[in-house]
Amino acid sequence: MTAIQPHLPILIVLLPLAAALVSAFFRRGAGAWALAMGVSALLPWMAGTMLWTVVRSGEPLSYALGGWAPPWGIEYRVDVLNAFVLTLVTAVGAVIMPYARRSVAREVHEHQQAWFYTMYLLCLTGLLGIAVTGDAFNAFVFLEISSLSTYVLIALGRDRRAVLSSFQYLIMGTIGATFYVIGIGLLYLVTGTLNMADLGARLGPAYATYPRPVLTALAFVVVGVCLKLALFPLHVWLPGAYASAPSVATTFLAGTATKVALYLLVRLLFTVFGIGITFRALPMTAVLLVLAVAGMVLASFSAAMQRDAKRLLAYSSVAQIGYVTFGIGLANANGLTGGLVHLANHAVIKTTLFLALGAVYYRIGSVRLEHLAGIGRVMPWTMATFVVGGLGLIGVPGTAGFISKWYLALGAIDAGLWPLAFVLVITSFLAVVYVGRVVEVAYFHEPSGPARDATDPPWSMLVSMLAAAGATIYFGFDTRATAEVAGMAARLLLGGRE
Amino acid sequence: MKSFQTFVETYNYLVTVFLMVAGLYVVIARGNMIKKLIGLSLFQTSVYLLYLAPAKIDGGTAPILDAAYTVYSNPLPHVLILTAIVVGVATLALGLALVVRVHEAYGTIDEDEIFAESEEP
Repeated sequence: MTAIQPHLPILIVLLPLAAALVSAFFRRGAGAWALAMGVSALLPWMAGTMLWTVVRSGEPLSYALGGWAPPWGIEYRVDVLNAFVLTLVTAVGAVIMPYARRSVAREVHEHQQAWFYTMYLLCLTGLLGIAVTGDAFNAFVFLEISSLSTYVLIALGRDRRAVLSSFQYLIMGTIGATFYVIGIGLLYLVTGTLNMADLGARLGPAYATYPRPVLTALAFVVVGVCLKLALFPLHVWLPGAYASAPSVATTFLAGTATKVALYLLVRLLFTVFGIGITFRALPMTAVLLVLAVAGMVLASFSAAMQRDAKRLLAYSSVAQIGYVTFGIGLANANGLTGGLVHLANHAVIKTTLFLALGAVYYRIGSVRLEHLAGIGRVMPWTMATFVVGGLGLIGVPGTAGFISKWYLALGAIDAGLWPLAFVLVITSFLAVVYVGRVVEVAYFHEPSGPARDATDPPWSMLVSMLAAAGATIYFGFDTRATAEVAGMAARLLLGGRE
Repeated sequence: MKSFQTFVETYNYLVTVFLMVAGLYVVIARGNMIKKLIGLSLFQTSVYLLYLAPAKIDGGTAPILDAAYTVYSNPLPHVLILTAIVVGVATLALGLALVVRVHEAYGTIDEDEIFAESEEP
């Protein structure tokens, strides 16, 4: 183990990449699933080991690719924040995989199932790559690896709207990624480096000489990444994509893809540009807070209007991304901690909710509200996990959602913006409305149509659902793995460069 | 005369920005999905120019460590853009494949027609 340990930063990317290549040769879904399952089960241990090492030593892990010393070569750099995101992404993957086999077998054509797992593994590769790399251009390449595989995952949905949603996401996603490269290109012209830590050190002096290119780069990079993370009003691709993708793909994307993009935004704003340029030279706090609050309120209203439960949760995701962006925009210790904790907690909560809906789809073939009537009576365990996730989304004390909203409210008060803490409470009530609509239909209506004969899904799916629901409650009480690590990361980000 | 000099010094950026904006405009303004992809490709191509044009240095050689050469051209942007071209090709191929599937599913590749149709049920 000790011989492998220094190579963990590269292995965590290579393992799913190699598995994706092998998976492409499988003809049947079962073999590809077994491979994806094995890899997904192994990755959290690798990420967890790195997190443990980094938290204990307080020093980042640095891995020079091909032996080329940074900043000349590509550096993989794992500090507390990277390790936190890596652990989150790998854990979501590991929780979903036992569930995936039955759900994918139901929703994806037989001859496409092996491709589904190949694309899942590639997407995982891309997301882990973004989280592990310390090189700005390398991050772009991984961003595109994850995006291209995501487009395919979405297009594998059975509904014909899936291909249309996928195409729209392809257009928006490519524009976002291209904006990102334009920004990085300008930074490279000004500084001559692509290493994120090195950029962080050189941009201060470069800004004094070339203020305009640096600010232009900041604008391009922020808009590009915000397209990827679906910050309101750049979220239009998200509801369609989430609603028409296969359930497993939706769950995986909701739990990881937007979270990794949020991580990239944090990394760029705080490490690359630094607080001095990001928040003093441009009114970035105002921009992010206004968009975050608008997203929280308007997307919550949209969620309350939806008739399709998956689409409802997709709009809720846009609102929740607003919470995380809110924390980033505050840029103080409590706010940033809250944002980062919510990044993890929302991933756990949304995974729980989408897994529950996927189980409903597995049984009755629809997640439209009118078809969900009485489903809580015939699928008690499934809807119990949904209710737990729903309570987490609302932010009821004793669930993960409460912890993050608490920190966000503290951050808003620290920043002297107490009316915004009040807005957090109001949007939580909106969450009561849209979660309540599903719960009301599921428990207080008589089962009808296909819902009458439905039962809880097989145990292989239930295991994942209970694990996710358990995590929602667990992280509401034990905050060592979330709030404390996020607090460390926030202090690191705010304390200037390591 | 001064403005002419500025123009000559920065015309590669002007071309880049023109391509960028033209590509983005086509993506937004056109409903035809193939035209959207053409615009997208144009937009991506403009970025290649953004990276490559400044990499050319007058009289610069390949970066060979030798006393005879003092001015070098930076090879890194070319390598980066090689990667970006591959990404662009993959995106275009996937986009076109999706357009084929959209045509099979909807019988048209015009977004306006598709949305007009899907609002009815």
